Amino acid sequence: MEIPYTVNTRADTGLNNVKLGIWLFLASEVMLFGGLFSSYVLLRVGAEPGTWPLGAEILSIPLATFNTIVLIASSVTMVMAWASLKLGNLGKYKLYMGSTVALALVFLVVKAFEYADKFSHHLYPSESTFLGIYFLITGLHGLHIVGGVIVNSYFLFPGVKMWHTAPERFTNRIEAAGLYWHFVDLVWIFLFPVLYLL
Amino acid sequence: MDNVTTAGHAEHEHELGFWQKYFFSQDHKVIGIQYTITALVFLLFGFLLMMIMRWQLAYPGQPIPVIGGLMGDANAPGGIMLPEFYNQLGAMHGTIMVFLGVVPLAVGGFGNFVVPLQIGAPDMAFPKLNMASYWVFLVGGLVMFASFFAPGGAANSGWTSYVPLSVIATQGQTWWLIGMTFLITSSLLGAINFIVTMVQLRAPGLTWMRLPFFVWTQLVTAFLLLLAFPPLEAAAFLQLMDRVAGTSFFLPSGLVVSGQALEVSGGGSALLWQHLFWFLAHPEVYVLILPAMGITAEIIACNTRKPLWGYRPMVYSVVFLGFMSFIVWAHHMFLTGMGTMISAFFQTTTMIISIPSVIILSALFISLYGASMRFTTPMLFALAFLPMFGIGGLTGLPLGLAAADIHLHDTLYVIGHFHYVVAPGTIFALFAGIYHWFPKATGRKMNEVLGKIHFWGSLVCMNGVFMPMMIQGLAGMNRRMYDGGIGYEHVQDVLHWNTMMSFSAWGLGLFQVFFIINFFMSIRRGEKTNDNPWEATTLEWETPSPPPHGNFLSPPEVHRGPYEYSVPGAATDFTPQGQRS
Amino acid sequence: MSVDSVEDIKKHIKVYIMVFVALMVLTVVTVGVAYLPLTVPIAITLALIIASIKGSLVASYFMHLAAEKSAIYWTLLVTAAFFLVLMFVPLLTTLDTISR
Repeated sequence: MEIPYTVNTRADTGLNNVKLGIWLFLASEVMLFGGLFSSYVLLRVGAEPGTWPLGAEILSIPLATFNTIVLIASSVTMVMAWASLKLGNLGKYKLYMGSTVALALVFLVVKAFEYADKFSHHLYPSESTFLGIYFLITGLHGLHIVGGVIVNSYFLFPGVKMWHTAPERFTNRIEAAGLYWHFVDLVWIFLFPVLYLL
Repeated sequence: MDNVTTAGHAEHEHELGFWQKYFFSQDHKVIGIQYTITALVFLLFGFLLMMIMRWQLAYPGQPIPVIGGLMGDANAPGGIMLPEFYNQLGAMHGTIMVFLGVVPLAVGGFGNFVVPLQIGAPDMAFPKLNMASYWVFLVGGLVMFASFFAPGGAANSGWTSYVPLSVIATQGQTWWLIGMTFLITSSLLGAINFIVTMVQLRAPGLTWMRLPFFVWTQLVTAFLLLLAFPPLEAAAFLQLMDRVAGTSFFLPSGLVVSGQALEVSGGGSALLWQHLFWFLAHPEVYVLILPAMGITAEIIACNTRKPLWGYRPMVYSVVFLGFMSFIVWAHHMFLTGMGTMISAFFQTTTMIISIPSVIILSALFISLYGASMRFTTPMLFALAFLPMFGIGGLTGLPLGLAAADIHLHDTLYVIGHFHYVVAPGTIFALFAGIYHWFPKATGRKMNEVLGKIHFWGSLVCMNGVFMPMMIQGLAGMNRRMYDGGIGYEHVQDVLHWNTMMSFSAWGLGLFQVFFIINFFMSIRRGEKTNDNPWEATTLEWETPSPPPHGNFLSPPEVHRGPYEYSVPGAATDFTPQGQRS
Repeated sequence: MSVDSVEDIKKHIKVYIMVFVALMVLTVVTVGVAYLPLTVPIAITLALIIASIKGSLVASYFMHLAAEKSAIYWTLLVTAAFFLVLMFVPLLTTLDTISR
């Protein structure tokens, strides 16, 4: 017997296995970042008045705004990559997926620049609880971006072979990778105002 | 166009080499057995740690006999246990039993082996992910085991790793945090796999209300693992950073250690750890009990030869229980200075959550009425589960009431309560499951005589260890004291119980030898059986023992509920779920 | 799998572009609002509302949640409920204490 619904949808749930699986994974990720956001809230509320800095005092809003635009743009290119596959256009898929990876790398470079700038001013995580939580949340988010870059690069280079042997299955995988990528963007959409602007 | 995945490698299974077939297998049955054996080994190890602790409690300050010299001078110079070593044993006993023993056995072992068979699936939805889950679990377990050899020994701040003590503790705590990260990751990957499998791969005709109750418990358990574990992973990262990166997430300002102020930025919150920890750890206790309830239900239905009473209320109860388990956690924090309003909130949710448990337990008890009982070894363990879990659950009620908890918090009463639920509760159900499903996995039965000796001996000894804890706890004896409380005047009258409890514990260990011998002997020399030795109705019994790769010889179809026993007018006293007519 | 026609996909693409523009505008609004002289609670509320709108756009259209099946929807709803519990309940315990 073969495992059913790996590509086809099951009638009563309307889903295939990969789609359900990736959404469940994202649900757990919501709780992971939720734990960190909850920590941020408790630490900030419990801080002595005047000891918690405003994000703008320490962090660079222009850089982060730029990064927000970059990441949202990468989300658009990602969904366009999937749409190109649905239209059967492998060339356009490669273009959009390549752009997604490129934009993600830009994001990471800017982040690296931000971190280096902090370290050069001796602003390490141990300096204050604000910096500690800033580095941890953005660091974990950054690791998720790296993970996404690895997965997307795989689907751009070695993994693209599957388009020729099992195009529908390949499209599903790009949809799943897209869901993950949009989620990473979503986290940043909340991270940005909370850490930088408040 | 290839639109369907084959079950890993169904067509060319005969080409698999030794390593791919037995070690790096993607077959849920092999993975289930891997989890089972590994978990049983860890259970035994955790048990050994406790047996050493119980020496110290019965004979404080006396050299440990026979093995005292093996502990090393750092832990037990001259064979006499140091407090630091006692604390390591305590913290690791809890950690290992919960995270490396019970859950991997209940979910990784039984869940993996039985669920795909009971729903008529060829395997889990993601076989490669399943294999990965096991190996990540094993790495986490080895990290935990290796931590005993770190400088300063293993983690020693309790299985709860409360801050700020755990932040300033020895290196073993860092290993604990790393080990937990691996274990949590393994659990999350497993939970995703389980849910997708149960939602998507049910055989045609297997509607939700025809699912065996065991599958329902595994489904709710998987959701608990999926949503409750991540905050603890977040907390583990926070604590790791406090320990290695000098941050102060959990270190309040002005903390003084051994007379010296800590040079950290401060501003942290010790309670933050407790919230994040218990947000997981409370649902975790339901992860510990739900599969056990499921196993008990299956065995009771089969050995009473009648359907379960109250299947529908049981299903609704277990789902409701899952939801409620996320909003009761601070009943572990009643003594942290929370105000009366928020304490009343958690007390109320805690009282409410006892209702579904009572419904499930009552339904199982009522299911015995009018039964044609078969007192086989699995049934004995399943029957004992009922009153033992009953005691555990009832003793939980005073703990859930904030006012009573003021007296009972952190006493032996708590230890007695949760051990009753997990030890003669869950672990008995897990033993029942092993005896029950052993024939399916091996094609042979375990020996009944050895099984019954194992059962009766364990039942008596379990009560011998844990019942006196209630007495000691009510007298106010504190937990986690390495000398068993001899320094405190208010517990002098109840100290004498320690000796009897320790002997019961060591006796309990002796009776497990019967199980270990039985288990290994029966693999080779057990009485051979057919596909369905227990004459049970659920789908796993409609396939060969052991099932072949791909599980079913032809795709199963379900035509009725899971417990069609003693149907009036039927030819036999059981009607299998998948039977056509 | 779904049998989206070429026209359907092209319509979706139009939606993606519109959502992108909306997200850009909202990003500018987010930053702009931060420079207004508002009290902290109002600033937080406003920032979270705007972020939620942006997040909903990403989820509904890029992640196709608006057209998704109920199994996914319910899972996420439950997750969202627990997320809110995790956000607010520990906070409530700090606001109601025995000693201040």
